[in-house]
Amino acid sequence: MIRYTLYRLAQTAPLALLVCALVFSLIHLIPGDPVEIMLGDGAQPAEVEALRHELGLDRPLGRQFVDYFVRLARLDLGESLRFRQPVTRLLAAHYPATLELAFASMLAALALALPLGVVAALNRDRALDHGARFLALLGVSIPNFWLGPMLIWLLAIRLDLLPVSGRGGMASLVLPAITLGTALAGMLTRMVRSSLAEELGEPYLVVAQAKGLGYGQAVARHAFRNASIPVVTVVGLQFGALLTGAIITETIFSWPGIGRLIVQAIQARDYPLVQGGILTIALSYLVINLLTDLTYALLDARIRLR
Amino acid sequence: MKIDGSARGTPALWLGAGLAATVLVVALLAPWLAPQDPNHQALENRLESPSGAHWLGLDELGRDILSRLIMGARVSVGVGVAVVVLAGALGTLIGAVAGYAGGRIDALLMRLTDVFMAFPGILLAIALVAVLGPDLRNVVIALVVIGWVGYARLVRGQILQLREMEFVLAARASGVGPVGVIVRHLLPNVLPTLVVQASLGMAGAILAEASLSFLGLGIAPPTPSWGAMINAGRSHLLDAPHLALFPGIAILLTVMGLNFLGDALVGWLDPASGSEG
Repeated sequence: MIRYTLYRLAQTAPLALLVCALVFSLIHLIPGDPVEIMLGDGAQPAEVEALRHELGLDRPLGRQFVDYFVRLARLDLGESLRFRQPVTRLLAAHYPATLELAFASMLAALALALPLGVVAALNRDRALDHGARFLALLGVSIPNFWLGPMLIWLLAIRLDLLPVSGRGGMASLVLPAITLGTALAGMLTRMVRSSLAEELGEPYLVVAQAKGLGYGQAVARHAFRNASIPVVTVVGLQFGALLTGAIITETIFSWPGIGRLIVQAIQARDYPLVQGGILTIALSYLVINLLTDLTYALLDARIRLR
Repeated sequence: MKIDGSARGTPALWLGAGLAATVLVVALLAPWLAPQDPNHQALENRLESPSGAHWLGLDELGRDILSRLIMGARVSVGVGVAVVVLAGALGTLIGAVAGYAGGRIDALLMRLTDVFMAFPGILLAIALVAVLGPDLRNVVIALVVIGWVGYARLVRGQILQLREMEFVLAARASGVGPVGVIVRHLLPNVLPTLVVQASLGMAGAILAEASLSFLGLGIAPPTPSWGAMINAGRSHLLDAPHLALFPGIAILLTVMGLNFLGDALVGWLDPASGSEG
């Protein structure tokens, strides 16, 4: 296990550095002078030069690149132009809300996908299966930036059951979690269905029944456990994707997380904050994938002994 | 490649193909189908509910929503097709070179795909459009940048399997060069899988374009775009929910059609996996 962990770490570390380099290069992709764009039309030349110096953009490119990594090592992502606060502090303040939303969405997705997927697998090719598969495809296809406003309209405005937006207590979490979790629920339903259906054809189920277990017990005790391994992996990998989905969901529900912060930063042309936010989500995604892989290896000896 | 003779999967194929074809036709014939000028404003009737004169009602500037939806199909389909063609071509080229050359070239190109895969979902596209500036060309560039990776991995995987097959060895032995082997012998065998990926990729690209427009990172107004129409409708959920309702249904039907089509094609091309999705 230690060898596998080191191997995966050695794979991830250079990738993380390349991701950082790509995020560094973003500001140099801006057509025209990034400093003038950040300050807008009415900027005085002195202001432009001051900000250029502050951002280090007046130095040679190679020097900027080295400086960027040196500052990164000290967790210094610069200062937000809009909030006039260190980017790291802003991100740290908004990160918990994003994590909370991602966790809640994951729970919502599992709560929908597990029963649907199991029912579909147990009733393969029958009406219930077709129904569940249709719902799954609907979930994958429905745009979350539409689902969110429609849920607000129906459940918050018309029926007045839940708050329209903001973060405060469990009730405020329901609509954003459903909005963000629906696509994942669709994907997981298909995953649960196919991996359980595969296990249901395995001979060990017959053996378990021959040894006296009822069909339901055999499925619950043996097939379900085996089917859950690939599902756990997808859950882990998709958690990172939820962090990206949060950009839209947080915007819809004015949820005070990193996603909404990034959108605000884009609108304000606050590039240091945009870069910091993108980097945070991308690195979180890498770390989550690494942890998922290691957990999977811990569960499945075939991988860690490879 | 076997063809699934059973009836199962066929309704999904027809439904998917039908929906996708409808959207395509609407996009192509949009200027003739739109009942009104999509940018004509009737401010005195703004937010009007659906009626006989305006089947889907009027938006916040008194523009006919049906006409804007029809014209908006051009943006969605145009971006979808452009992204699928460009990302498909780039990904196929890189995947074919990596798979056929093997060794260091393969390792290098695959590490490159790793970097792009390290960004989840459309995060990189959002970042790119945010710095390049919101317009249609940059949206396509950004979606191609995140889209080619899937094709590259797919083509590489297929070519790795195919290149050791006898017909390929025979072609090489009879003096066909690498380009000839790839173009004439390998790619035709990869094509069915590419078609499936293209169908699902188009659904993804249309959804991504609408997401970017929703965030204000898409095509500039007043050109109608479904994502931007939903965003505009968000401020009128209280007084005119139809503003956000209809563009969402248009996106949902289009994306669902393409997903149905892709799924059905998977089952059609490979009956063994047909019941897996």
